[in-house]
Amino acid sequence: MGLFLANALACAFSSRLKLSQVLKQIHFIGFQSMFVIVLTGAFTGMVLGLQGYYTLTRFGSSALLGPMVALSLIRELGPVLAALMVTARAGSAMTAELGIMQTTEQIDALKLMGVNPYRFLVVPRLVAGVIALPLLTAIFNVVGIFGGYLIGVRLLGMGKGVYFSEMTAYVDMTDVLGGMYKSLTFGLLIAWICCYKGYHTGYGAEGVSRATTQAVVLSSVLILFWDYLMTSFLF
Amino acid sequence: MIDIEDLHKAFNGREVLRGASLAIPKGEIVALMGMSGYGKSVLLKHIAGLILPDRGHVYIDGQDICHLRGEALSRLRSRLGFLFQSGALFSSMTVFDNVAFPLRERGELSEPEIRDRVLAVLDQVGLKGSEEKFPAQISGGMIKRTALARALVRNPEIMLFDEPTTGLDPVIGHAILDLIKSIHDRFGFTGMIVSHELERVFRIVQKVAMLHEGVILTVGTPQEVLSSANPIVHQFVKGEVEGPIQYR
Repeated sequence: MGLFLANALACAFSSRLKLSQVLKQIHFIGFQSMFVIVLTGAFTGMVLGLQGYYTLTRFGSSALLGPMVALSLIRELGPVLAALMVTARAGSAMTAELGIMQTTEQIDALKLMGVNPYRFLVVPRLVAGVIALPLLTAIFNVVGIFGGYLIGVRLLGMGKGVYFSEMTAYVDMTDVLGGMYKSLTFGLLIAWICCYKGYHTGYGAEGVSRATTQAVVLSSVLILFWDYLMTSFLF
Repeated sequence: MIDIEDLHKAFNGREVLRGASLAIPKGEIVALMGMSGYGKSVLLKHIAGLILPDRGHVYIDGQDICHLRGEALSRLRSRLGFLFQSGALFSSMTVFDNVAFPLRERGELSEPEIRDRVLAVLDQVGLKGSEEKFPAQISGGMIKRTALARALVRNPEIMLFDEPTTGLDPVIGHAILDLIKSIHDRFGFTGMIVSHELERVFRIVQKVAMLHEGVILTVGTPQEVLSSANPIVHQFVKGEVEGPIQYR
């Protein structure tokens, strides 16, 4: 797997990027994941607002709901949940697509036409993953914070000014950048694992389905593991 | 032109090729026959450098494709055309885009030149009017013809056909073999055809080779092979159930 990534990165830096392919993948990984990201972001923010309000009220600190929702989302939940959603929606499709291309000899056909499959298939997905994930995470965070606002302010009657002013007081650039660094590496990780599993799929429909399952499980586990490592180094 | 020397290949401990050797002179088409699962496609993919042998060499004009990498391998492959058993068309592209793909990737022709070349080849294979269809919208015969057009569009010096007529009705199968013959007559490529349709394929090739138990058992003209005294070759070409070939 390491060699696969090394080959892809070498190819990314040594040959000209196929811009049309990169844009197509950004559209697929990024734009087409927007709906699920907005949906999960909204509900995550809403449940954080609800749980956070009741918990903080017990300690007489309900004014800190805004920072609690924002920090939870920006530092942890935004990058991790967005990455898990993209793994489920786009990563699995990536593996299945490359897997089918492998089993139907389309990748062999590419090689015979003098096209490097890494340059044509893998690099655009890696680049798109690295670009799309931070953007999706940013959207997830904004929608999540708004979800928390809906519950805390609109439903439970907290002051609008309190929710946002405390947030700006407690959240700083380090938190935002930390979350973005995480999502950037998650993007690379998802594209790497899902492309690898698709490229090295087994035979037939069973091989593709097994590769897809493995890609989703391995990506999800590694996202959580890598998140822990990054959190311990970044914050 | 193509020299296969002492090719050995095993998959998961099972030896598929055990020292296969064969020479294909420039401009000739050789039919490769043999039992299913005996490594005919594997041998073909060795010639294209898609599979590397455990031992042995495949020389194309003196260059060992097994030892070429990167740009040198791409350059050699650009002289090759390969018709895959399944067609291996890109499902997300139309018939036109599939055929235009290798030309666009090479970047040597302008888009109008590519368009002219692709339309001419599609006309040659009888697919005029199907340019905008996707592989999922066309029949098996049309998929094979599109794949053939894609393989031919660069005018390759070497053509490798992996079961070009399998799964097609006799009329389309016949048409595809006639097409291969007419293109060979016009451009004179060097080629190899893996096929089980012996009678029809024998009409368009100069030589026939039989791969049996990992080695090339016999090579000769179609007439020589048809009248071979070798009991294995005899049983195979006559399609007899009784004989030295154990199929169970």
